Amino acid sequence: MAGAPLLPESLPQAPARSSGLRAWLLSAEPHSRWQARLGRFYLGWRSFTSNPLAMLGLGIVLLLILMALLADFIAPYSPVTGGDLRTQRLLPPSETFWLGTDDQARDIFSRIIYGSRITLFVVVLVSIIATPIGLLVGTVSGYLGGWVDTVLMRVTDIFLAFPRLILALAFVAALGPGIENAVIAIAITSWPPYARIARAETLMIRNSDFIAAVKLQGASTPRIILGHVVPLCLSSLIVRVTLDMAGIILTAAGLGFLGLGAQPPTPEWGAMVATGRNYLIDQWWVAAMPGIAIFVVSLGFNLLGDGLRDVLDPKAAK
Amino acid sequence: MNASGGRHALRSSLNGIARFVLVLATTLLGLVAITFFIGRVVPIDPVLAIVGDRAPPQVYERARQELGLDRPLIEQFAIYVKKAATGDFGNSVLTTNPVMSDIANVFPATLELATLGVLIGIFIGVPLGVLAAVRRGSLIDQFVRVLGLAGYSIPIFWLGLMGLLLFYAKLGWVAGPGRIDVTYSYLYTPVTNIVLLDTAMQGQWDAFWDAVSHIILPACLLGYFSLAYISRMTRSFMLNELAQEYVIAARVKGLSEFRVIWRHALRNAAVPLVTVIALSYANLLEGSVLTETVFAWPGLGQYITNSLQNADMNAVLGGTLVIGAVFVLLNLVSDLLYRLLDPRTR
Repeated sequence: MAGAPLLPESLPQAPARSSGLRAWLLSAEPHSRWQARLGRFYLGWRSFTSNPLAMLGLGIVLLLILMALLADFIAPYSPVTGGDLRTQRLLPPSETFWLGTDDQARDIFSRIIYGSRITLFVVVLVSIIATPIGLLVGTVSGYLGGWVDTVLMRVTDIFLAFPRLILALAFVAALGPGIENAVIAIAITSWPPYARIARAETLMIRNSDFIAAVKLQGASTPRIILGHVVPLCLSSLIVRVTLDMAGIILTAAGLGFLGLGAQPPTPEWGAMVATGRNYLIDQWWVAAMPGIAIFVVSLGFNLLGDGLRDVLDPKAAK
Repeated sequence: MNASGGRHALRSSLNGIARFVLVLATTLLGLVAITFFIGRVVPIDPVLAIVGDRAPPQVYERARQELGLDRPLIEQFAIYVKKAATGDFGNSVLTTNPVMSDIANVFPATLELATLGVLIGIFIGVPLGVLAAVRRGSLIDQFVRVLGLAGYSIPIFWLGLMGLLLFYAKLGWVAGPGRIDVTYSYLYTPVTNIVLLDTAMQGQWDAFWDAVSHIILPACLLGYFSLAYISRMTRSFMLNELAQEYVIAARVKGLSEFRVIWRHALRNAAVPLVTVIALSYANLLEGSVLTETVFAWPGLGQYITNSLQNADMNAVLGGTLVIGAVFVLLNLVSDLLYRLLDPRTR
């Protein structure tokens, strides 16, 4: 709403149709819900794009997605089968092998490109599993209150009482190493903060007039929670999940580094750093390159999350 | 009125303590329940692990009964809780010692590393955060922001490896992995198992300096991660305090800017900061798992990962439980300190 001075005449050379669209989006009297929603989205987008760091984050994340989608076309070599073991092992970065080769004579650049698929797989799957659990536990707990709230929050606190990586380690130890189990373990350790946020939001929404009105109309409790409370909790939760994605990537990479995530020859970045450990002193690039990839991608998610928070949750931004 | 008020306060603080104890007890019970559950999910048959897969059925059955696995689940859990309460997590398959005595042996190493890390974090992070808040938007503010962002984004194990590469292999400024060189390791008798303390108390200064050159890199690494968090939080607490009216009053009174910032504002910001420091100390326990693996540091983190790789579940769960309990206790301590330091909560 603070974006009022965004008037069409600030861009006089803009084509008439686009300025008409802008006027429609920024209309003070939207004619439909859709128009209002799109208008708000547009305003958010305007303030998001004015933040260069957030755009950098978005760029990094988009690049990661593109890398994962187009890995087959971008990667010059196979990520799994290496070249000639006698002549192409542990070569330093060069024109043929941009980031050098590893102990199996595999091109590190190609492996990093393919590794983006695993990183994305972990991040997406963990958020798909953990967000609904946290959302459901938090809203139900906050809306119903009473003993349900006490029990659910106690359970949440217990899960919060373990440091994340340690709990994930213990779960992976029980389930056995592997990328799917790592995802499950990270998801199990990720939902409690989401439940806390959803509950806090629900407590604020619970006593508002529109909820009372919906109740008087005879809506059932599940309907109120799913149809009216959950949508209002979403924006702050999205911010939190995005900010968390860097943490998810780092935890997954940590598990991979300890040999508990994706198993060889999968080009998982953390596991690649672990391989490079054996050649650290003379062939530093084997460990350094995948680590840089992890760093850049988690930085991207952090910047994107910060930017989203400024737009969606201005109260939390300082 | 005074007496009844006093009685009321006493009763409410007693209530508070009772609630506290109850919450603590349920949380600890929950921790035990989770590790018990994880132990039950394990696809490895603990009986087979002991008797081997060629044991006749009678031997297998007897071992099963000895382990109590034939009893109902709830009874098994009760036994598990009772044992955990006395610190009995069974024996480690790998070292054949009781898990608890193993942990008691390795924990001081982790404590030493994490304490030094958090001290570095406090002594550099707090002043940085204060400066960033005082000179908001300046170069130092940007620097703190970048430092924090990087701290949230860099994989700790990778930074450790790069640190080893640069400062140990290339520059030779610090010693390599491990706690102390073998040549020095017989010069002192381990009393506290905290090498820096032991060597200093016994006057073995050569050994002491060797230990320092071993610990400095991993401690700085952990220190950096806690610094990133502490400086960011200090900055936001200080911004909050500097906007208060008492700061204006102090300035109007003619106090020096130094006094206003460091004596008045920081003193009030220190209250919430205590919680942050306790939390970052707890986070270092987590960071220590990866750091200890990189630096071959014989602490709890390395103990857990070693046990993990050898499917030694008793040791893994015992270690997990100990870290969880320490985590809970640190939270508790920070809560108590907060109440103690902030008169408004009384």
